[in-house]
Amino acid sequence: MSATAPLLTTPLHALHLELGARMVPFAGYDMPVQYRGIMAEHKQCRESAALFDVSHMGQVRLIGDDAARALETLVPVDVVDLAVGKQRYAFFTNANGGILDDLMITRRSGDLLLIVNAACKDADIAHLRTHIGHRCTIQPLPEQALLALQGPKAATALARLNADVAGLTFMTGGSFELAGASCFVTRSGYTGEDGFEISVPAAQAETLARALLEQPEVEAAGLGARDTLRLEAGLCLYGHDINSHTTPVEAGLTWAIQKVRRPGGARAGGYPGAQVIENQLAHGAHNKRVGLVGLERAPVREGTKLVDSHGHAVGHVTSGTTGPTVNQPISMAYLPVNHAAPGGEVYAVVREKKLPMRVSAMPFAPHRYHRG
Amino acid sequence: MTVKYTSDHEWIDLPGDGDIATVGITTHAQDALGDVVFVDLPAVGATLAQKEVAGVVESVKAAADLYAPVGGTVVEVNEALRADPSLANSDPLGAGWFFKMKLSDQTEFDALLDATAYDELVKNS
Repeated sequence: MSATAPLLTTPLHALHLELGARMVPFAGYDMPVQYRGIMAEHKQCRESAALFDVSHMGQVRLIGDDAARALETLVPVDVVDLAVGKQRYAFFTNANGGILDDLMITRRSGDLLLIVNAACKDADIAHLRTHIGHRCTIQPLPEQALLALQGPKAATALARLNADVAGLTFMTGGSFELAGASCFVTRSGYTGEDGFEISVPAAQAETLARALLEQPEVEAAGLGARDTLRLEAGLCLYGHDINSHTTPVEAGLTWAIQKVRRPGGARAGGYPGAQVIENQLAHGAHNKRVGLVGLERAPVREGTKLVDSHGHAVGHVTSGTTGPTVNQPISMAYLPVNHAAPGGEVYAVVREKKLPMRVSAMPFAPHRYHRG
Repeated sequence: MTVKYTSDHEWIDLPGDGDIATVGITTHAQDALGDVVFVDLPAVGATLAQKEVAGVVESVKAAADLYAPVGGTVVEVNEALRADPSLANSDPLGAGWFFKMKLSDQTEFDALLDATAYDELVKNS
């Protein structure tokens, strides 16, 4: 996108302005970074329910009998056995085992619904068309908006619009009528909280958003809080914590590679970079994504150099801030495996000072998914 | 008492009969930064030149340098702000002050922006 290209807007753009959002350019869109403040919105999500506009993300249908098998040639994830109504986290890989994008896949009765990152969606669609376009229909859904309602009271609020949504459990989805709109709802999100993602026709998105904001539990939240929430939840942000040079093994995402796709499994390999990833699964990788907790109060942000006690460079921070819930500096970083054990200490070089940080298990704030 | 402002969004309050001024960040600055979670304050006794980095303000989202509005010597820092950085948001012109300094050159102070000029700067930024 050129520097002069106008920013795209989501169907909720006017509502964001009406709510007094501070707007920023993000992935080519004019998006709300905050309304009342990141801290307040973060706490709103942890304590009650927060509504996020994530319509900038890509929604894509894969249609056809061969779609699941075809998609398995691009992701190291079990798609074929994914039951109708079930959702799964996945990633596109490249020939070196690097991650091209991470995504959510939901099997619906007539298709697979993919949710991909905003900044990657054009490349993802081209990738899908190039490699599996001859095996299934690739249908982007730009006419659909996407709302995320997240937080411990999200289910209470959403159930007032349709009581049946309460029947969903974490990583399942279904079709529901909400505020007069035919929606596809999954019980998922990217905040570590219980919650829902709602695919809604763009023309009805504002009506639905207003209906949700009328619920006493719900307040609007922006991308700023979304970022601090996902960091506390230990979830990777594409382009920062994972990218085309980081493998799923290095990123600690091997849990997303089901047994059936691993060596010895019925449908092992067959995706880009399988050899690299299988080798790392067997022998480990040199580097590993870790969580770090700051032992002093200064936040340690993306790009900060990490050194050992002798001052030797060992890695760098991929994202970091002060976690509003945990109230301490938290970061993610890649470290050599011999520095990556929980409890180990490294030093972040911040403004020429060496700040101690301790390798910590993630998530930093406990997940509270509704597993039924 | 005279309060002046810098184009870097610090305020400095110099009582009419003294040479010890109080320094903080403006309401506009704290609003732009968002929730302040950490401040790095200068050492008491440090001698600062005008526009020298005197400290750091970090919000959840961003870090910003705090500059000395004028040259002088730091005589006190706000320990309450260090303990509760959110004072910079809740009371930027009062309890959220950053440090006090003894001025070395009154003319540097006199040349800073007055309230009207600063308001104009913010309006046009």
